[in-house]
Amino acid sequence: MIKDDLAIPYLKLSGLEPLIISPDTNFVNIGERTNVTGSRRFLRLIKEENYEEALSVALDQVRGGAQILDVNMDEAMIDGKSAMVIFLNLIASEPEISRIPIMIDSSKWEIIEAGLKCLQGKGVVNSISLKEGEQVFLEQAQKINAYGAAAVVMAFDEKGQADNYERRVEICERSYRLLIEKIHFNPQDIIFDPNIFPVATGMEEHRKNALDYFQATRWIREHLPGAQVSGGVSNVSFSFRGNNKVREAMHSAFLFHAIQHGMNMGIVNPTMLEIYDDIPKDFLERVEDVILDRKDDATERLVEFAGRLKNDVSKSIDVQEWRNDSVEDRLSHALIKGIVDFVEQDTAEALEKYQIPVKVIEGPLMDGMNVVGDLFGSGKMFLPQVVKSARVMKKAVAYLEPFMEAEREKSNIYNACRVLLATVKGDVHDIGKNIVGVVLACNGYEIVDLGVMVPAEKILQTAREQNIDMIGLSGLITPSLDQMVNLASEMERLKMKIPLLIGGATTSRLHTAVKIDPVYRGTVLHVLDASRSVPAVSALKGEGKEKFHQEIKTEYAALRESHASRVSQKQYLTLAEARENKLAIDWDSHHETKPNLIGTEVFNDLPLEHIRQYIDWTPFFQTWMLKGKYPEIFDHPEVGEEATKLYADANQMLDEIIADKSLRTGAVIGIFPANSTGDDVMVFKDHQRSSKLTTVHFLRQQGKKAKGLPNFCLSDFVAPENTGIADFFGFFTVTAGLGIESLLQKYQAQLDDYKSIMVKAIADRLAEALAELMHEKVRKELWGYAPEEQWNSQSLIKEMYRGIRPAPGYPACPDHTEKRILFDILQAEERLDMRLTESYAMYPAASVSGYYFGNPESRYFGLGKIGKDQVQDYAVRKALSVEETEKWLMPNLKYDP
Amino acid sequence: MMGQFQKLLAERVLVLDGAMGTSIQNYQFSEADYRGDRFKDHHKDLMGNNDLLSITKPEIIKEIHWEFLKAGADIIETNTFNSTSISQADYDTEDLVPEINYASARLAKEVAMEFSGKDPSKPRFVAGSIGPTNRTASISSDVNNPGFRSVSFDDLVEAYREQTLALIEGGVDLLLVETIFDTLNAKAALFAIQGISACKDMPLMVSATITDASGRTLSGQTPEAFLISVSHAPITCVGLNCALGAAQLRPYLQVLANSAPFFVSVHPNAGLPNEFGDYDQTPEQMADQIELFLKEGLVNIIGGCCGTTPEHIKALSNLAEKYSTRPVPELA
Repeated sequence: MIKDDLAIPYLKLSGLEPLIISPDTNFVNIGERTNVTGSRRFLRLIKEENYEEALSVALDQVRGGAQILDVNMDEAMIDGKSAMVIFLNLIASEPEISRIPIMIDSSKWEIIEAGLKCLQGKGVVNSISLKEGEQVFLEQAQKINAYGAAAVVMAFDEKGQADNYERRVEICERSYRLLIEKIHFNPQDIIFDPNIFPVATGMEEHRKNALDYFQATRWIREHLPGAQVSGGVSNVSFSFRGNNKVREAMHSAFLFHAIQHGMNMGIVNPTMLEIYDDIPKDFLERVEDVILDRKDDATERLVEFAGRLKNDVSKSIDVQEWRNDSVEDRLSHALIKGIVDFVEQDTAEALEKYQIPVKVIEGPLMDGMNVVGDLFGSGKMFLPQVVKSARVMKKAVAYLEPFMEAEREKSNIYNACRVLLATVKGDVHDIGKNIVGVVLACNGYEIVDLGVMVPAEKILQTAREQNIDMIGLSGLITPSLDQMVNLASEMERLKMKIPLLIGGATTSRLHTAVKIDPVYRGTVLHVLDASRSVPAVSALKGEGKEKFHQEIKTEYAALRESHASRVSQKQYLTLAEARENKLAIDWDSHHETKPNLIGTEVFNDLPLEHIRQYIDWTPFFQTWMLKGKYPEIFDHPEVGEEATKLYADANQMLDEIIADKSLRTGAVIGIFPANSTGDDVMVFKDHQRSSKLTTVHFLRQQGKKAKGLPNFCLSDFVAPENTGIADFFGFFTVTAGLGIESLLQKYQAQLDDYKSIMVKAIADRLAEALAELMHEKVRKELWGYAPEEQWNSQSLIKEMYRGIRPAPGYPACPDHTEKRILFDILQAEERLDMRLTESYAMYPAASVSGYYFGNPESRYFGLGKIGKDQVQDYAVRKALSVEETEKWLMPNLKYDP
Repeated sequence: MMGQFQKLLAERVLVLDGAMGTSIQNYQFSEADYRGDRFKDHHKDLMGNNDLLSITKPEIIKEIHWEFLKAGADIIETNTFNSTSISQADYDTEDLVPEINYASARLAKEVAMEFSGKDPSKPRFVAGSIGPTNRTASISSDVNNPGFRSVSFDDLVEAYREQTLALIEGGVDLLLVETIFDTLNAKAALFAIQGISACKDMPLMVSATITDASGRTLSGQTPEAFLISVSHAPITCVGLNCALGAAQLRPYLQVLANSAPFFVSVHPNAGLPNEFGDYDQTPEQMADQIELFLKEGLVNIIGGCCGTTPEHIKALSNLAEKYSTRPVPELA
């Protein structure tokens, strides 16, 4: 039975992460300081119910390298069962601790069982034995299996504890057989503890205690396949209590030999362990004489040696380097790691520095919480850690509270803000909402939590009766979204004005902007997660709240607009159906202005001072990863300062570029008679329309549209051939990057990355500005269909003029290869020193090219996904293979080619 | 039952049905529909209590089962995801728990038997769906007090025991502990199941949920730690479901497939929900992703969770026929 060890799996334990003990695993270290019988300090902490510090003991063990954490609450003066449950539950909320498996250490079964009910991972019971007979032993083992744990089995039976080699072997073998044969216990889940007893006690019968343990260990590993061997190492040095030097050396020497005999795990205090090789030779010899019972007077010799050793101060536990950082960094570190130990002293220091308590919250504390939010959002932190961070925050705020109270009395400016929280009707999920409640409460807001499944009427009634300042709604399931819309429209109906916050897993910024924001005139704000709730609420309450309201409304309106142009389309039409649903323009009533220019014209070195006025700065800040709109961005609380500096630098560089004429610009414009045919546009040489110059190819939207909305194709904006209408079509290419190489070389030589990025960003902006400027010139002069148009940079940016200038490679016409046709007809390469790369990128990079459509109906749109039928059709029109076409249109294919 | 189910699993890929919850949503039932005649005077709103529909709208639940079976599902799940006294407490309907479970099991069994009868070469199975409940045993719901628990292991064991007994009485063929976001909850379910003698020979599936990009369960465990934590139970099949789409589940599924000495299942959502909470993934898209799992030999049971329709299951069913099933590795 016992022989066959072929297929015995490894012992696998788990906390939040796995611990697999294979033959290749090094000795597994079980942390022992969270044991009331072994640590006076831990006992005191538990007696005083100072669980916070007790947890830090556990954390020290993990950080000190413990791979399993032994927890023992067996003390007459405490309620062991309750202490075990409380402590294990607290550990569960400390991910850095609960990462490793737990060993529930008790001699009382009821404490063990209570502990097992708290472990989500696979832990270890320490211990069971035959002390009370086979029946109890097997019953307990069976339960341990049902709870999903491994078991330490003590070498203990009805007659007592095994105190020599033979008894150890006898009891372990019997226990093993019973477990395997009677209840099919997994052999790998058996961990024997063959009793480590003290040596050097002065008693003759203790001399072989360590040796017997070693030999029994070897026998177990050889004869009881799968089983592990463990033990409590500190027992061995019991007689040298008070002399840590000796104890540390004894532990190391004992472990060294025990491991060689097959001990593969053990309860060891890593801070009470000398490195075996670091023990001085003469000292080690005396220690090993004792452990291995090599000399009759071994004990006396060690005692004598020990007396000579100065009882040095014991080694200090790990140096916490982060304590040397600035107070801001320390607070941030504490928040991110969830360390409460120093938060009060650090907060006090920060208060001294910042003077005003609210500044401490809004400054370093919120900075730390923002990092937490970002890490959480990107999946690098998970919920329990965030909750821990919230606790640190709470501690800090609690410390500041009395100071804030005093401020309030002095100034009276501060008034408490009441936030109502509720999970909407039909939804029962509230974990996230509760976290938001706590985080907000931590920050001094008063929370009125109505719980889950709260009907709209109740929310509205409470809001009015209790003078609520803002409402936060949460929901996790889809139908909750409709409930939120419903509540927002009720708020509008009741003419309420207070802000409405939206949160929960199913919610999104986009949904909030598209569906909820439009129905309520008050502020509606989507809050991504709990850590963002504080900045949100404080912005909605703070001095700039009107401005914030406007910003949010503007942002959501923009979001709606851009969303409308790219609604996700689940259903697609065939190309034929899509063409049926083309934009219907009433060509009969249409009279296209005859352009002043027919053919092409080159514009060299347009004045940069003039172009500069057409710059749209918002994308410039995006390039630098500063979020915000120009010019409002300068007042942005976080990036405003940086944005202001950046803007000043950019303008200084622009001044230099203009003065030195170091960047040159160029543009070619072409306007031609044209008519559409199907989805293509035919371009003619002159008004005769007999000589075709080229054909430009466009693609048509195939996503199924709501009733009344057409499936656009750019060619729809050009009069079809069969209408007999003389229509026109334009091309342009502009660049502002001529000469940029020498600037780049200069900055690179100076190792000035900042300036080299800056000049590229500026050239890009200039190219866009030039495109805008030329478009205006086309509308007013060259084509001349809008000679009266008034220039105004805001309306330019909002594209509120007639006609569009879409660019190949962009959403309406994503095919980059069409640039070849455009470049050829404009002769851009010869005339402007521009070129196209093999993947149809323009060089210089600061260039823009595209088409002009003058029809009043023309508008920008996104093509979206297209079907194979259109790709095949398009390939025929362009005389390309389908494969080649698919390659260029890959991002727009609704199928995998 | 154990014999037949396991024998089939060893032979071919089996198909689990699709979403019950989102299928019910499509009917857009009103509060009155949920209540029916019987609960018209119930003192609390019942809308959203989908499991109650097994009593108030049994024909609809049967219809949903029927559609999935017709699409080729080998296994259908009972409409009992929230049928524990703990979850039903939200509606004050705890006293209905035995009845809901029994009725749901009967409904599913009747439809399944109809199909098995028509084509005995393709036997259909009913899995008793055992959800996670709406509480969590290893996370505090009170952030001020991290040691606090809104539900105890013993409460969970009691609730799961009540549910399981009624499911068995109603005639389920196997049990499916699914959408596990807190392993301690699942361990309570497994503890309850191990304590019921009628479960001794019943196939048992467990399926966890990886919540987000962290690659962990909500309670913080990695997939491998999860597997280790439930391996003591007499599991037939272990897997992943919900929360993510198939593509996102692949790395975690590989962990299970590499180390589980059990059969492996996957029933993902139809992709990730869009901003409006709808699931966009088409049957073809989902099938493409699942086909990869089959090609790689990762799974034995495939099916769908939120947002999957009979069309999705049809697509999976077509796939299942084309690939051989994953061999269960030797213990290591």
